[in-house]
Amino acid sequence: MTDAIAVTALSKTFGDRPALDGLDLTVAQGTVHGVLGPNGAGKTTAVRILTTLLRPTGGSASVAGHDVLRDPAAVRRRIGLVGQHAALDEGLDGRQNLDLFGRLHHLGARAAAHRAQELLERFSLADTGRMPVGRYSGGMRRRLDLAAGLITRPDVLFLDEPTTGLDPRGRGEVWEAVRSLAGEGTTVLLTTQYLEEADHLAGRVSVLDGGRRVAEGTPDELKARTGADRIDVVVRDAAQLTAAAAVVGAAVRAAHPVTDPDRRLVSAPVSDRMAALTATLRALEAAGIAAEDIALRRPTLDEVFLHLTGTAPRKDPA
Amino acid sequence: MTAPASPGLVTDTLIMTRRGFAHWARRPGAVATELIFPVMMLVMFVYFLGGGLAVEGGDYEDFLVPGILALTMAFGLEGTMVALTQDVERGLLDRFRSLPIVPSSFLVARSVIDMISSAASLLVMLVAGLLVGWRWHEGPVSALAAVGLLLLLRLAMLWAGIWLGLLAGRPELVQTIQILVWPVAFLSSVFTSPSTMPGWLGAIAEWNPMSATAAAVRDLFGNPSWASDAWAADHALLLAVAWPVLLLAVFVPLALHRWARLSDH
Repeated sequence: MTDAIAVTALSKTFGDRPALDGLDLTVAQGTVHGVLGPNGAGKTTAVRILTTLLRPTGGSASVAGHDVLRDPAAVRRRIGLVGQHAALDEGLDGRQNLDLFGRLHHLGARAAAHRAQELLERFSLADTGRMPVGRYSGGMRRRLDLAAGLITRPDVLFLDEPTTGLDPRGRGEVWEAVRSLAGEGTTVLLTTQYLEEADHLAGRVSVLDGGRRVAEGTPDELKARTGADRIDVVVRDAAQLTAAAAVVGAAVRAAHPVTDPDRRLVSAPVSDRMAALTATLRALEAAGIAAEDIALRRPTLDEVFLHLTGTAPRKDPA
Repeated sequence: MTAPASPGLVTDTLIMTRRGFAHWARRPGAVATELIFPVMMLVMFVYFLGGGLAVEGGDYEDFLVPGILALTMAFGLEGTMVALTQDVERGLLDRFRSLPIVPSSFLVARSVIDMISSAASLLVMLVAGLLVGWRWHEGPVSALAAVGLLLLLRLAMLWAGIWLGLLAGRPELVQTIQILVWPVAFLSSVFTSPSTMPGWLGAIAEWNPMSATAAAVRDLFGNPSWASDAWAADHALLLAVAWPVLLLAVFVPLALHRWARLSDH
């Protein structure tokens, strides 16, 4: 069975700024693959190349068995794209939008109308099908946008940061839709800035930074390498920060706790949340170090990058 | 599931064109405003200013109606540019380009939609002209030729609008263009004789493509023309064909080049 997406040494340069710098990526058919990275990591550029919107500077890419440069028409027949901004015709209503995209996928008039109705119902938009999209809320737009990407039940669906700017309810709706698609055998490539989102949806995750893949694995593998959770300790006396770092590091068996003198903070990855909390409290007390605050939390994207790459993510200056 | 192969440019263009009709059906108020704006200009100039403008060889409306028709066609540039810019800005163009359609159907549909709306606008203007007292005096063949020249100018402006819309991609440039069209409109023979302008300005006005179309349309309708001994005024018919053809020869390749370059940015 061929891979749904195969990318080799893909590069793209805008002017003299490299957006992709030798990206390799393989996505097996019928899986949900997360592409995780900060702004400017090259996620959107990769999606635009894979959906034939952008010509790469070098390397090769194929989607659903077709080369994006040699046979873009064949690729377009097999993909769905949901970009970062809801790409809808605001002058038309929801039904007209889906009907338009259905017809442009060359469904017949009746098939397009039928599919539009089906998708409106599936995304709880049937009641507002006659309302112009210009009056839709952000969540409704996003749902309609997702529906538009599913008109033909694509082999490969590209979702570029599908939940950015959505409230928790809207995010939940999108997540549910992605899960049910995956259940139907659609291959999904999903870009996100949120580790949590990749964790919820993707079977495998590629971490991008500076236009390259810096890590890949299942979410569990990645978390095992980054430490699923972190413990943050704020000490009362800044002079005790170094001592506190050693004590906390020993208590949770972390090699390199991070310290932030400005916030009098020691932060370390932990594997077992409750055991780590108890051990840290006991160790601090035994060492006579007064803590102002102790908290357990999920790692931030920056910390994931720090652990995977040894450097903070490169921020796009733009 | 694999979508069927595209049945071709004509089918895709028809589907895209229907989208334009759906927009009109959704926004009848906006359509009416667009149609009424040139009529309003006509009425303002005929009744508010026309009384004070003494013109030799005929009534002011006989000069003005062909001029405003040419102006309306040239101003169509804005409409094309706005429509295109919106599709680019909202990411809709990206979605179209990711669909299994003949890519150029998007541009062809834009042209068809805008030409239909301009033809409708022309019809409304001709009726309004008749109502304010304008008449044509030559046969139907000449009248149709006049309409043909007007639509030719519109087509040239349409492709200029496509190029500018693809170039801008944002509404800011649209506003600039909406302001800049006014001096270009007045620096022509649309409202008054270029011979009344300072010498060098008058010369530019004589050579304005809008002037060429306006003068040629005056000839074809049998309406009086401004007295002028400029070469451009004597060869208005030639220029009314040559200018739009030249503009098309410039802007169609520019627009298509820009279109192809979308894949690089």
